[in-house]
Amino acid sequence: MTDQHWPAALAEARLHVVSGKGGTGKTTLAAALALALAAGGRRTLLVEVEGRQGIAQVFDTPPLPYAEQRIAVAPDGGEVRGLSVDAEAALLEYLEMFYNLGLAGRSLRRMGAIEFATTLAPGLRDVLLTGKVKECVGRTVGDGRGGRGRVPLYDAVVLDAPPTGRVVKFLDVTKAMGTLARTGPIRTQSEGVVELLHSSRTAVHLVTQLEDLPVQETLDTVSEITEAGLPMGAVLVNRVRPSRLPATALAGAATGAGLGAGLRSGLEAAGLFLKDEEVDGLVSETVEHAERVQVEKAVRSGLDAAGLPQLELPELTEGVDLGGIYELAELLREQGVR
Amino acid sequence: MADTARSGRPRHLDLDALLADRATKVLVCCGSGGVGKTTTAASLALRAAEQGRRVVVLTIDPARRLAQSLGLEELDNEPRTVPGALSPGSGTGELQAMMLDMRRTFDEMVSGHTTPDRAQAIFDNPFYQTISTSFSGTQEYMAMEKLGQLTAAGDWDLIVVDTPPSRSALDFLDAPQRLSSFLDGRMIRLLSAPARAGGNAFRKIVGSTFNLFAKAVSTILGGQMLADASAFVQAFDTLFGGFQERANRTYQLLRAPGTSFVVVAAPEPDALREASYFVERLSDERMPLAGLVLNRTHPVHATLSGARAREGAETLEASRGDEVAAAVLRLHADRVETAERERRVLGRFTRAHPTVPIIDVPAMATDVHDLDGLREIGRRLAS
Repeated sequence: MTDQHWPAALAEARLHVVSGKGGTGKTTLAAALALALAAGGRRTLLVEVEGRQGIAQVFDTPPLPYAEQRIAVAPDGGEVRGLSVDAEAALLEYLEMFYNLGLAGRSLRRMGAIEFATTLAPGLRDVLLTGKVKECVGRTVGDGRGGRGRVPLYDAVVLDAPPTGRVVKFLDVTKAMGTLARTGPIRTQSEGVVELLHSSRTAVHLVTQLEDLPVQETLDTVSEITEAGLPMGAVLVNRVRPSRLPATALAGAATGAGLGAGLRSGLEAAGLFLKDEEVDGLVSETVEHAERVQVEKAVRSGLDAAGLPQLELPELTEGVDLGGIYELAELLREQGVR
Repeated sequence: MADTARSGRPRHLDLDALLADRATKVLVCCGSGGVGKTTTAASLALRAAEQGRRVVVLTIDPARRLAQSLGLEELDNEPRTVPGALSPGSGTGELQAMMLDMRRTFDEMVSGHTTPDRAQAIFDNPFYQTISTSFSGTQEYMAMEKLGQLTAAGDWDLIVVDTPPSRSALDFLDAPQRLSSFLDGRMIRLLSAPARAGGNAFRKIVGSTFNLFAKAVSTILGGQMLADASAFVQAFDTLFGGFQERANRTYQLLRAPGTSFVVVAAPEPDALREASYFVERLSDERMPLAGLVLNRTHPVHATLSGARAREGAETLEASRGDEVAAAVLRLHADRVETAERERRVLGRFTRAHPTVPIIDVPAMATDVHDLDGLREIGRRLAS
């Protein structure tokens, strides 16, 4: 059962890329996934690349600098660190490694030279951002046994990637490299990025909701991802609302037909003697719900046809706050995420 | 105004009055991604046309079915009459729609500013391919350019503009400026010919560091890339004054009387935070904000409290009473909770912006895929 939701192959992945249509809860679920993967005393890194400070907002911390810092602890001792990668800072960091710019780096930034260089080659920006992510995935520390053994610093890295419209272009570093020199340090690094992103160490997850447009966009993106040779992970179906109506009543309820006199006597049995317009209001709410459940059913069968592992997260009616992230992480764990 | 702030009830955004007002010439729909901007723009355009205005709606990247409902099967960068939009009796009204083709708009802009030979030289530059298709900011710049063209053509009395699907609503205002400052060419000349560019203020500040940087950049990007970019900027230079001036004129248009902004947001913290930034920015820029469309809300239709509904459901469940009635009560309790959360989230926005008029647009069960759907949204927008 669990295996269907989160197959063993996904448990092996070290880099989890999370994308989705705007507004579906991509950042929220990336955060919950990072927290779920940190369970059991592990250490994960949650990375954002669009400068939105979405991570800081989700975890209710001050804006993240361009440095990895702890943003949350898992209930049993694991740790989530957060990083907001910025292309200009990544380029400067890069140049520092090969050329000693010293303090002058800062004046270059002030004059706009760094921004200019990253603007000049749009591919460079993506190469720098994914390059930094790759560096985080590959970074190791001593294994603590006093010898020379080294272990990865992060058990998993979760990337809050650009939304579905842009994500394949973002991850398709091979194409972006077309705008770069054929040799040189960044070239070498980006070859490593290509290798990582096309390997089983990576999984691209898509967040969706059970509505027409998000599901259509998800299915389109799945084909794009597969065509680009990137490893598809799971579909995270977010904000699933419980279907309250008994299945037998559903079709009738969608037209309002099944909600006549029986409903009123049912309500009276519950001690609720309501005015006509109150009952009408309840009926119209129920009709809307039934219509939506039918749409959900239809789009769900489209999603099922894609044959991908699926995880479901409920709508948190009171909204998503920090407690909500822990709740979602727990639900991911229950569906086999590890 | 003070009353509004105290009562906590925001002012009502009357979109029908805005559409009916002949002084409204340009309506810009903005907001962060995924909030229903394009649908809102299309619905407002249809409604205005059915009320007798001659309208064109510029969409940027419509979902397939929405495009189809507007009769937009392909991207051809020209406004086309929307088939079946108007009943024969709707008088002077007219609705045209178009999808922005950013490459073609850029090509036309270049052609319009120079001789055919020079334009060809620009089109042939490999770097032009990059800048006209995949540059960040090009889409926003071209949307602005197209808006300028539509205004200049003068064929419509209302232009409704959808804005590009960026993460931030502010990009629509900022991206053209970013692109302009890139094209002004100063930095590219320094980078491509650092040895010859000596003697200016920049070089004095950073000295040899700049040479080192230029060398590094050229190692990363390759010499050819820099040479192409440099040739491009030189060819572009003569046109640049024209472009810059043009972009500025369009920017001014956004500030002109007759232009109104409608900010679209979902009742979610992120979307409303973006809406908040945008409202503040519009006010800084003295650009006219009509109001906020709070899209896809879930208002309750019965005054029964959530607690009583839940109690009732529990009673029925415990006594194995009517299953459907219990479900109806559970649903209502969920709905009350959702509506309360939406009100709380909106409350944060209205506390910061008590004078911004707001209209709630209740969610529809299905996505819009035909003109009737757009009409229904239009009705909800104007209620």
